[in-house]
Amino acid sequence: MATRVIVLGGGVGGTLAANLISKQLGSDGHVTVVDPSGMHVYQPGFLYVTLGQANGRWLAQDERHLLRDEVDMVIDRAIRVDPAQRTVTLDRGGSLGYDYLVLATGSRLAREEIPGLIQGSHDFYSLEGAIRLREALRSFPGGRIVMGVAGIPYKCPPAPVEFVFMLEEYLHKRGIRGKSTITLASPLNRAFTIETTSKLVQPILEQRGIELATFFNVEAVDPDKNVVTSIEGEELPYDLLVLVPPHRGAKVIEDSGLGDERGWVPVSRATLQHEKFDTIFAIGDATNLPISKSGSTAHFEAPVVASQIAARIRGTTAKENYGGRVMCFLETGHRQATTIRFDYEHPPVSPRPSPLWHYAKWAFNRAYWVTVPQGRVA
Amino acid sequence: MATELIARRLDVKGFNCPIPIVKTAKEMKQMTSGELIEVLATDPGSVPDFAAWSKTTGNPIVEQSQDGGIYRFVLKKR
Repeated sequence: MATRVIVLGGGVGGTLAANLISKQLGSDGHVTVVDPSGMHVYQPGFLYVTLGQANGRWLAQDERHLLRDEVDMVIDRAIRVDPAQRTVTLDRGGSLGYDYLVLATGSRLAREEIPGLIQGSHDFYSLEGAIRLREALRSFPGGRIVMGVAGIPYKCPPAPVEFVFMLEEYLHKRGIRGKSTITLASPLNRAFTIETTSKLVQPILEQRGIELATFFNVEAVDPDKNVVTSIEGEELPYDLLVLVPPHRGAKVIEDSGLGDERGWVPVSRATLQHEKFDTIFAIGDATNLPISKSGSTAHFEAPVVASQIAARIRGTTAKENYGGRVMCFLETGHRQATTIRFDYEHPPVSPRPSPLWHYAKWAFNRAYWVTVPQGRVA
Repeated sequence: MATELIARRLDVKGFNCPIPIVKTAKEMKQMTSGELIEVLATDPGSVPDFAAWSKTTGNPIVEQSQDGGIYRFVLKKR
């Protein structure tokens, strides 16, 4: 009888892991992806939608078309995992049994955790949010724009910095840069968490006249007074506020007791195996690893999970461990970008921003659908 | 010794920046002036981060030590 592998989540990590596990196991395994929408969304595109550089059509594709024919697809929401019985309960009723389970459930936005956030701020962490912010920017007459972070960890750590750079260019094009200020409110005393990258981008922020508010960890928003306050006791007035919302792990993780207090799954940093349950693995945003929550992370973790599961089924030794590899682009506006490449042992040394990396990111965005989910890019 | 007066303890071992700073800031928000908090971290970046955060926010570091890969900070709520 074929070993049953269930993958919860049809994002970057879940799709790639399902395809690789199916490929490696052949007829020895039967892989099923469970996803509530059945649509695969390319989330890095939200930023481009926000700034009017892309429309939303190219950001989503039918998940079924990205999976190997041998992989089954169930469009439903997993609401409970029982590790003892090895079952997944589905929202519409019924359950699925598994021998191995991959949690690729991503993260969910918890906007309600910050008072006033929903009423007073925008974000680009969903397609709806990106479109709403795009419309707000189109009618923005000029004024004070504040970009802040309302909770950590969050998806795509470079996004706030990318946003202010791209926004600065956008305001120029609209002819309202002169009557607008841009403030990046950072949780730390620098623009970006990684110091080497921060040293690269901070002088560019200064050159572009983008202000930096340091140690500003958002506590609340007052939408009536147009003021955002920090845990540190500071206030920033705004005319347009953009906040990265707080993130949590998926509800099914929390409801099944598989995660920590924020719903992040505790896993081995090398094998990505759940710390308590031998037959459960997690990848991407879902894990508690102290590493970027990004598609890139999920992309590099998926082959590790596939290798680990295949080895256990075959009784061999896994060929791959996860070394913390991440590779992200960071747009710096005006058709320039840099990269952030690192792993557990090696901090990044970002190259000077150049058009090369900007166009490389665009090429990657375009090629994504026919490369990454199928495992054509290592 | 300040250790005897520590009101709160925070273990952020295994977390990278900015999580130690953010968790400390949240914890200290609930403390009263003069109270002490002990923070244990493993991220080497926490040393310059806490120094800068202390200076910016006016919450002084009253003790600081390192034992192997663990960094210990005692901060006083201003």
